[in-house]
Amino acid sequence: MSSQPQPSASDALIQIRGLSTVLNGKTIFAGVDLDIPRGGITAIMGPSGTGKTTLIRHITGQLAPDAGEIIVDGKNVARIGREALFALREKIGYLFQNSALLTDFSVFENVAFPLRQHLRLPEELVRNIVLTKLQAVGLRGAADLMPNELSGGMIRRVALARAIVRDPMLIIYDEPFVGLDPIALNQILKLIRTLNQTLGITSILVAHELAAVSKVADQIYLLAGGKIAAHGSPEELGRGETPWTKQFFTGEADGPVPFHYPAPDYATQLGLA
Amino acid sequence: MSAVRNSPSNQSPSRFAEGIAQVGACGIFLFRILAAIPRSFGHFKETVRQIWFVGAMSLTIIMTCGLFVGMVLGLQLYYVLSIFGGTAALGTVVSLSLYRELGPVVTALLFAGRAGTSITAEIGLMRATDQIDAMEMMAVDPLAYVVAPRFIAGIIAMPLLACIFNALGIFGAHLVGVNWLGLDNGTFWSNMTSSVDVWKDVINGVWKSVAFGAVCTLIATFQGYTTAPTSEGVAYATTRTVVFSAIATLALDFVMTAFLM
Repeated sequence: MSSQPQPSASDALIQIRGLSTVLNGKTIFAGVDLDIPRGGITAIMGPSGTGKTTLIRHITGQLAPDAGEIIVDGKNVARIGREALFALREKIGYLFQNSALLTDFSVFENVAFPLRQHLRLPEELVRNIVLTKLQAVGLRGAADLMPNELSGGMIRRVALARAIVRDPMLIIYDEPFVGLDPIALNQILKLIRTLNQTLGITSILVAHELAAVSKVADQIYLLAGGKIAAHGSPEELGRGETPWTKQFFTGEADGPVPFHYPAPDYATQLGLA
Repeated sequence: MSAVRNSPSNQSPSRFAEGIAQVGACGIFLFRILAAIPRSFGHFKETVRQIWFVGAMSLTIIMTCGLFVGMVLGLQLYYVLSIFGGTAALGTVVSLSLYRELGPVVTALLFAGRAGTSITAEIGLMRATDQIDAMEMMAVDPLAYVVAPRFIAGIIAMPLLACIFNALGIFGAHLVGVNWLGLDNGTFWSNMTSSVDVWKDVINGVWKSVAFGAVCTLIATFQGYTTAPTSEGVAYATTRTVVFSAIATLALDFVMTAFLM
């Protein structure tokens, strides 16, 4: 297990060097270096509020860092123009934490949305592609339903179908397992693995579920305290050889990651001292 | 909280500065919309859908209010004109009031309450539920897909709604003046047609409507687009849309009237 990524990995789709971010006066990242290898499944894990989603927002160019470089497919996303950024995003599938389906559109139209916006395909082809993706997530029969008619797990699966509809080079899954029943969870895991193995799609997985992540991830980055606290394969991190991994993977309240948000003395605040 | 922090002298500068910053941000937002309009031509269907939504769906309230405003005008002006023996001028006075001022202004106020609030709430909820971010992540420009079609729809729909408001207003005044109070039908129409100038009165009113449509829709889209992504944020943004649209409409009306008279 190593606490730092292998520098200048030539096969890395994403290279992050010296990333520093301060949001609302709070230091989120302080000199983070990280590599996401092409064609692999990389999990980003860490306690809540450590900046996992912020890291994703940096990678997708939604948020500019205060310092450091984020190179995605050879392009520094913080410095490229809007056109180039949108061209890059066309090659990225993003599964939002809350799915972010377009509520006025049916399931079918949600999945077809990226195709209709960017490609002038015959309607028959659009229909076939959308139904193929919906079949992959087990929701071909729900094509005509509206998002408000779906359960939380189904919404997530529709969002996944939309994220993969253009067969992107990179898929980012932000908390993909939340709200899924065991059957759907297993199918989504299979789908993530299949997309990775058959199409060679690079995947970034932001999740808390170590058991699920261990089944598919090639490597895990553990974020904590604004840095990479640990980095390695699921097996390596699962052994809990450092205080960070030990606390995170055993779920103990005591350790380097404080369970309690900084607060004044408890007894003083209650007026007992 | 201390008295010092509550004192107006301590709060006014920041609120004033915040207000100026908001106006500036809204101005920048307008330029971003104008820049996005050429890109929105690819979303023609969405623009048509928005014209239907802000225009056709507002017809009931516009027509109903236009009718009643015209009826009230007919009653009040008939009473005032009868004092001077000038009831024959009822059609003229009602139509000039509607074409020049009441039609565009009241339509804009109703538009802000009906269509403006729904635009703000819709875009605000899209922001709160990450739909705007999702579009950006799918390389779809939300300004071109969401904002510009609504902006165009507001500019197109407002003058049409104002014309319908005017027509129903005149019809309402005719109902009261001619059918109820017994004014001569020919006098009502002939005095109106001979006194109303198409360019000076009707078209100037249309220009006002176009400007009010742009301002009200700009405020509605800006408030929705920049809302805090919470239910309270959307509620505040919706309220601000109505308040700011009303103030902007009345202030702009004064400026335009001064220039167009």
